[in-house]
Amino acid sequence: MKPASGPGVEAPGTYIDERRLPYPFCPGCGHGRILDALNAALVRTRRDPRRVVIVTDIGCVGLSDQYFLTNGLHGLHGRSVTYATGIKLADPDLTVIVLMGDGGCGIGANHLVHAARRNVGIAVLVFNNFNFGMTGGQQSPLTPPGSVTSSTPAGNPEFPMDVCATVAVNGAAFAARTSAFDPALSDLIYEAITTDGFALVDIWELCTAYFVPNNRFSRQALEQALKQTGLPAGAVARRTRTEYTRALRDQAPSPGGAPIRAIEPRYKSALAGPRSIILAGAAGQKVRSAASVLGRAAVMSGLYATQRDDYPVTVMTGHSISEVIVSPQPIGYTGIPAPDVLVVLAREGVPRARRLACGMGPEGRLYVERSLVPQFSAGTKARVHVLSTERLGKRSTGLAAVALIAEQERLVPVEALEEAARDGHRGVEEEMVRAIAARKLLVQ
Amino acid sequence: MSRAFITGAQAIVQGAVDSGCDFYAGYPITPATPILLGMVRALPPRGGIAIQAEDEIAAIGFCIGAAMTNRRAMTATSGPGMSLYSENIGFAIMAEVPLVIVDVQRMGPATGGATTPAQGDLQFVRWGTSGGFPVVALAPENAEQCYRLTVKAFELAERLRAPVFLLADKEVVMTAETVDPERLKSAGPVTPRRTAPPEGPYLSYGFDRPEDVPAFSPFGGPHVVRVNTSTHDEGGYLTKDPAKVERLNRHLVAKIEAAAPDVEDVALDLQEGADTLVVSYGVSARSAADAVREARRLGRAVSLAVVHSVWPFPKAAITRALAGVLHLVVAELNFGQLRLEVERVVEAGQRVTGVHRVDGELITPGAILQAILQQA
Ligand code: SF4
Repeated sequence: MKPASGPGVEAPGTYIDERRLPYPFCPGCGHGRILDALNAALVRTRRDPRRVVIVTDIGCVGLSDQYFLTNGLHGLHGRSVTYATGIKLADPDLTVIVLMGDGGCGIGANHLVHAARRNVGIAVLVFNNFNFGMTGGQQSPLTPPGSVTSSTPAGNPEFPMDVCATVAVNGAAFAARTSAFDPALSDLIYEAITTDGFALVDIWELCTAYFVPNNRFSRQALEQALKQTGLPAGAVARRTRTEYTRALRDQAPSPGGAPIRAIEPRYKSALAGPRSIILAGAAGQKVRSAASVLGRAAVMSGLYATQRDDYPVTVMTGHSISEVIVSPQPIGYTGIPAPDVLVVLAREGVPRARRLACGMGPEGRLYVERSLVPQFSAGTKARVHVLSTERLGKRSTGLAAVALIAEQERLVPVEALEEAARDGHRGVEEEMVRAIAARKLLVQ
Repeated sequence: MSRAFITGAQAIVQGAVDSGCDFYAGYPITPATPILLGMVRALPPRGGIAIQAEDEIAAIGFCIGAAMTNRRAMTATSGPGMSLYSENIGFAIMAEVPLVIVDVQRMGPATGGATTPAQGDLQFVRWGTSGGFPVVALAPENAEQCYRLTVKAFELAERLRAPVFLLADKEVVMTAETVDPERLKSAGPVTPRRTAPPEGPYLSYGFDRPEDVPAFSPFGGPHVVRVNTSTHDEGGYLTKDPAKVERLNRHLVAKIEAAAPDVEDVALDLQEGADTLVVSYGVSARSAADAVREARRLGRAVSLAVVHSVWPFPKAAITRALAGVLHLVVAELNFGQLRLEVERVVEAGQRVTGVHRVDGELITPGAILQAILQQA
């Protein structure tokens, strides 16, 4: 950690903005003690206050950042850890400290778990006074069983969350539990903010406005409870793991994604007007990649093209349907209520295909796998062409069918399809080209 | 002339990269996932950060933290994720966080239809957080506009220190189509947010006139910075002083309203002597353009307005297009959300017909054509 530096920057004797004192908390509230301990820890770090960000959650603790000379971010209830993570990701050299209450540990429990799991280098101080102070003393997920709060007047019936164990079991680099009265509090906070990884300190303290009067609670009772609950106190977990933002930076990035590739129209299509094609098949027939080859081949042939796909969320089973429009003119509406060409390659595509076939007129072309022809014998005026897919491997079916109709319907030259298949299908180019050649098997 | 065959998602990713976006966080959700997948491949090799968060709340939370640490941040989701973004959208408005939020609309409410096209979020992005403060939202109807409006969204977010929405839809984002790659090039680098001079005192939320945008200074930079999502004074300190509260709230409205003329973005295709005006946006605008072309072929004089800036509502452009018009046709995949705004600006005697579809299919050009012809 870098000490305070830069022109004119001295390590400050205090990080508290003394002009703003006193703290706004109720007499006897533990918050002030914890903030003083945090200040003492910050003084030890000697960090430039401009390199420190204090992120506060909601509750009385949310008032705290205003009393520091460091940067401050006052955010939404439970989400402080997410802002802190974003800040640390953006500038990993910053010291990022989250101040949250026991209430924030409930609504924001999810983020605590994930920040610990990732080992984001932020320090979370939990101002744990067992209830919501700001809203009038309600039960929190950290309220001890039996305690009276304004929302559990008959006593809290719930088991409390062990926030230290929660972050520790999920990979936190440092977790500790103590009380606001602990003389070593500042040392634990110092360790938390200098830990190279996720750190959390669960600090038990008094809410003199609500929890103390409702439960005849006191400093002695708190210190006794800390001993008697059986929860470990002091440093609960210390482990060395690579800090998340560094791990991310050190990772070799995967190649920078597919750039948008320009396609030169080198082929010619004889198409005079738009043609809409729907391919209805099954998962595994490579219907979508065949449609994409057709789309790119059309663009290579100087046409406009659109492609939209429909498949179930379970991608490796069920139907796979692609809709392609190719046209010499720009394409507006991309829907195809009744296609010019409908290709049915598998049983899975039949329900949708039958509806579509009903809307097709006598100029429509219906290419159907032989075994499915009976399902289309009535209800369509389209001209039916029979396909035999049994001689083809399943993976070749989609592209072979696309190649066949591209040829028969004079959509695009086969050479354009071959080039589109080679381009952008690294490793399977030859398989794709063989599938195009296999189109002849479909009509034998 | 060279061409490309790309999806709207690819165009959005390219637009973000060309805008200098260097931070992305998202959570998988159809139909916005292709943007997440594009960004996690595009940003790291360029020195940026793109990650998957534990949920949508964290995704936008990461972006807010990063944006205030001088990153150009973007996130993308769909309806259910937008619901989870809601509170943090309020954060971005209140704390003046520059941020691009892509909403790839799908059918709602709730989980609705993950792959079903819809345009039901137009009013949702406008009123999607508490308080009723204005936002900026842009709507593309094809891959080329996805690119252009993503760049514009970054321009506006940086300039206004505000969340800017790209209101896309499933069809536009997931459909592959032909584009001219020359049109996927930004005019130049996006102008960065105005930053405070390094010397001298700094007020995190200082402004003179209500419409002025406070100068930015990042966490970790030359100043001590206070970011506050609660009602605050110019220094970023909590306040309940009525004069300061009102000044802040009026400022948050004034800076968006003052920018409205620059935000306004409507493709007007006005026809001499037209008595009918068709207004649409997003995927439905494609059908509207087809219908208008066909109506003209049939001898009708019809004008078309494709709205690219849905919020603030482009009142000036639409009012200009309304001159001499007797009938309006508004086409959208919902029960009439843009129509409501159009109805607010028409004059007595101008009749508005909505063409709305909510069965998960696209509006056909024929349906719009019929509405045009019936107006006669
Ligand atoms: S309500 Fe409780 S937590 Fe809040 S300031 Fe008073 S004593 Fe402290």
